Amino acid sequence: MGKLISEKTKQVFLGPLSKNNPIGVQVLGICSALAVTANLKPALVMGISVTVIVAFSNVIISLLRNTIPNRIRIIVQLVVVAALVTVVSEVLKAYAYDVSVKLSVYIGLIITNCILMGRLEAFAMANKPWESFVDGLGNGLGYAVILVIVGFFREIFGAGSLLGFRIIPQSFYDAGYSNNGLMMMPPMALIIIAVIIWIHRSLNKELQE
Amino acid sequence: MENVASIFVKSIFVDNMIFAYFLGMCSYLAVSKNVKTSIGLGAAVIFVLVITLPLNYLLETYVLREGALAWLGPNFKTLDLSYLSFILFIAVIAAMTQLVEMAVEKFTPSLYASLGIFLPLIAVNCSIMGGSLFMQQRAFNSIVEATSFAAGSGVGWLLAIVGLAAIREKMEYSQVPLPLRGLGITFITVALMALAFLSFSGLKI
Repeated sequence: MGKLISEKTKQVFLGPLSKNNPIGVQVLGICSALAVTANLKPALVMGISVTVIVAFSNVIISLLRNTIPNRIRIIVQLVVVAALVTVVSEVLKAYAYDVSVKLSVYIGLIITNCILMGRLEAFAMANKPWESFVDGLGNGLGYAVILVIVGFFREIFGAGSLLGFRIIPQSFYDAGYSNNGLMMMPPMALIIIAVIIWIHRSLNKELQE
Repeated sequence: MENVASIFVKSIFVDNMIFAYFLGMCSYLAVSKNVKTSIGLGAAVIFVLVITLPLNYLLETYVLREGALAWLGPNFKTLDLSYLSFILFIAVIAAMTQLVEMAVEKFTPSLYASLGIFLPLIAVNCSIMGGSLFMQQRAFNSIVEATSFAAGSGVGWLLAIVGLAAIREKMEYSQVPLPLRGLGITFITVALMALAFLSFSGLKI
């Protein structure tokens, strides 16, 4: 390992951002992606939290990978993740209370977010800590990107604002424009993700089924 | 008693795990390719929910909640262990699925043949953990209410996955645009089903 960022590490990092995106291609971690994206801010916080947790749990499991007995590895992984999630949840409660109220149970549900178990099983159990860290970072960011896109569209069309600031000017409303309330409803999140997948797969023909 | 029944019906239709909260979405999308396996997974979800949720309810009421440890003595009255709830809930869930798997394998091999492969997967199904966290949030009055919530959520989940599987079986024969084929069209189908379920949200029970 001469250079800190070798060719393989770069691949590990960039893959999940597009060609191997956790949501669009691997179909992992959909639950929270849909539920927290009605506004941009919780989506952003969720994306960051998941990135931090995936990266660090990947490192911890990777360090322990030779000592974990195979039969109980799922429980060990769950406990490591649960401990990290508890830390993140307490930090959010202390520094961003309103967001943590909005995210409610979905912060706890990061524990069962399939991205975590998927990456721990598929990558951290077989790779060195540094690569696992990069892999976690890449997958977390790939997840965050989709969340931010969905949150962006839902907030701008559903509430006419971004991060709470009004974007669509008052004169539009005076002229008869109105917010699309349906965007705030859960089903629209599914449709937006479907459209993202549609565009993504039209551009990358090899991903089509 | 009325309350118990209304919690049951409400958690099937109004607060459906899939269509209102998107819980258990990963396995929902992955295992809904045919009706038979989806019934198996749905049954396993009901099973595990009904076992773990009352257990976690007891844990919440007698150990975790603020003042829950009062039965140990007056010194423990102000203790609040709720920050431990994630770890304890997931430990209970993981341990119970392991136990249930072993018990089912030992005593009813035929059930194991149909449910067995799904049980380990269920430990990481968001709907199980989600059920426990919602239980904590809604502060049910009794263990009976919590159990009826568990059963209702499970039945709602089964309903959702069997419905989707039936639609996907039919969709095998339709001409979907190539980039949408597979995952994309499934998302749109789920969205339409969720829209239909939204109509229940006006229901007063």
